[in-house]
Amino acid sequence: MQTVFQKPEALTDVQMHYCPGCTHGIIHRLVAEAIDSLGIREQAIGVASVGCSVFAYDYFNCDMQQAAHGRAPAVATGIKRVRPDNIVFTYQGDGDLASIGMAEIVHAAARSENITVIFVNNAIYGMTSGQMAPTTLLGQKTATSPRGRTAEEMGYPIKMCELLATLEGPAYLTRVSTHDSRHVLQAGRAIKKAFEMQQQKKGFALVEVLSTCSVNWGMTPVDALKWVEQNMVPYYPLGVYKDVTAKEGN
Amino acid sequence: MARILMKGNEALSEAAIRAGLKAFYGYPITPQNEIPAYMAEHLPLRGGVYLQAESEVAAINMVYGAAGAGARVMTSSSSPGISLKQEGISYIAAAQLPCVIVNVVRNGPGLGGIQPAQGDYFQAVKGGGHGDYRLIVLAPGNVQEMADLTTLAFDLADKWRNPVMILSDGILGQMMEPVEFSENGTLQQLEKPWATTGAVGRKPNIVNTLDIIADKAEKNMQALLAKYDRIKAEEARWQEVGTEDADVILVGYGTSGRVARSAMEMARRQGLKVGLFRPITLWPFPEKRLQELAKSERTFLAVEMSAGQMIEDVRLAVNGVSPVYLSNRLGGMVPTPEDVLAKIHEIVEGRVS
Amino acid sequence: MPRGEVIINSELCKECSLCVAACPQDVLAIGKTINSKGYHAVEAVAPERCTGCTLCAVMCPDVVLTIKRRSPERK
Ligand SMILES: Cc1ncc(C[n+]2csc(CCOP(=O)(O)OP(=O)(O)O)c2C)c(N)n1
Repeated sequence: MQTVFQKPEALTDVQMHYCPGCTHGIIHRLVAEAIDSLGIREQAIGVASVGCSVFAYDYFNCDMQQAAHGRAPAVATGIKRVRPDNIVFTYQGDGDLASIGMAEIVHAAARSENITVIFVNNAIYGMTSGQMAPTTLLGQKTATSPRGRTAEEMGYPIKMCELLATLEGPAYLTRVSTHDSRHVLQAGRAIKKAFEMQQQKKGFALVEVLSTCSVNWGMTPVDALKWVEQNMVPYYPLGVYKDVTAKEGN
Repeated sequence: MARILMKGNEALSEAAIRAGLKAFYGYPITPQNEIPAYMAEHLPLRGGVYLQAESEVAAINMVYGAAGAGARVMTSSSSPGISLKQEGISYIAAAQLPCVIVNVVRNGPGLGGIQPAQGDYFQAVKGGGHGDYRLIVLAPGNVQEMADLTTLAFDLADKWRNPVMILSDGILGQMMEPVEFSENGTLQQLEKPWATTGAVGRKPNIVNTLDIIADKAEKNMQALLAKYDRIKAEEARWQEVGTEDADVILVGYGTSGRVARSAMEMARRQGLKVGLFRPITLWPFPEKRLQELAKSERTFLAVEMSAGQMIEDVRLAVNGVSPVYLSNRLGGMVPTPEDVLAKIHEIVEGRVS
Repeated sequence: MPRGEVIINSELCKECSLCVAACPQDVLAIGKTINSKGYHAVEAVAPERCTGCTLCAVMCPDVVLTIKRRSPERK
């Protein structure tokens, strides 16, 4: 028998601290698999953000920097500009990227910084225990929208891929999901492509990954996956929003 | 090498490039605009990166990234922009990354104005951002020092793995004076084995400031404080003129140090025994030397372009042994040597309040 | 002889059940034994049905599972 699935080399042996069933773990593994399959572990410099994935520097088996809340794209810019031959990526939650770090992500995209952004959208602030996020759905109950988010009071959830797609800068923008194995495999291919774009110096690449937060959503991990499929996917349609290599007939 | 006539801000920029600057991340604000303009003009042609960030917040975090990746890196701004940088400065200090931050101070608080001031002294030397950290703070007093202290800033930053701030103002930045760049302006750069450069044949390097286990965090803080103690012991710098026989010692840095110097010379011509003590490092503050100079029959006069901030450090140093007075202007007004001389007269004639 | 084999690192398991739901052959179930973190680790209750399709491992957030297969058709 041959081993057909095992822990990627780009993950350390440290046990991840995530809650049971949290898809952060799946997304970490997909990033590590992409790094392994492209053979870029020794070139990679990752930037962990502030959120549940703050400890990502302990999990990825490559050089890592930990950034202030929302600033990962600026930190990554700082690194990439002085080390253009390294592969630089950020790993950010939705509060980090779409709220406090909105300026940093928009401008990194507008400049087409040649970095790879992994954007984990779980529609909530996980680490601080379940407050409303910029991506919280209308009607969704959180610690700070206890009667459900309303557009009148709290505005509308932000669709980052669509927003960034209005810019000239980005090379690759795609939204994928983790709600079943087929979509996880697809997410893995998108993440790998986002790293390949950087290798080919195509510019800014972002993969938005719909993710779960079963503990703060108040449901089982299996139900949380269904919730993504039934509630998040309709509002956040999956697909490619920008791909400069598509025209080239990649 | 020949002396060239240059603006202070340009001398500072040129010295930074000669020190091996690899990246400059900025954001426009008066009165420091000559620095990014000089960098944009020259740095890319001399092997570095110039980038105008979307904000001071982004700029300082770019500095964090580049410093963590081992590059000599710098940013500059002026007071309101430096306030925005405090988040990143705290992180850079915590991660023990070397970098240089220039504050061409303008009058504040709030939006204030664009005139020279020294109201950011507390912010620079006492913290500014959150947590127990220190910046090394250098205060040039002329164009030559704008260059020399910039070179020194990069070396101190690398040596101590600590952010260094250069505290200047619009007068020093705009003033033209002859400046000479030493041939070996680029000093030997230290190896940075801790930097994130890609984990080729080694364990991953991690640049991090998260420290959530209290007893470990306390140990890390103690190590940081021990470093600060060594910096205090080794790096204090100052200039003294005519302090030995002085009845009154003027204390001023940067522009107010220049004013104090003129006032001292006027007083000496009138036969008054007046000296000058000009701190060059504001942190570490040259407190030991001030302490030695303190005598009961001697008076100190702090000259400042603020409500009186450095004077607190002077008072702490002399520790009640000598009286300490203030001669200051605010709002972007610069004290004249005559203002200071008048205060000296009040002191020596016993009219001071 | 089953076509595949799932090897379980029980210590890493957090009892989330995502692998159980993902397995098309009902090979896996949450077990009775508790690991050192206090979770009931997953077990292969019908190992003979394993095809080595890897879907359980794909959905596992904690890299608990290693998969072997007789004739690897894909990877
Ligand atoms: C400047 C600042 N503000 C607030 C916080 C507190 N904080 C920590 S994590 C977090 C939210 C993270 O949420 P998200 O980015 O959605 O990631 P998740 O935890 O859901 O993965 C906040 C607000 C902080 N660390 N720094």
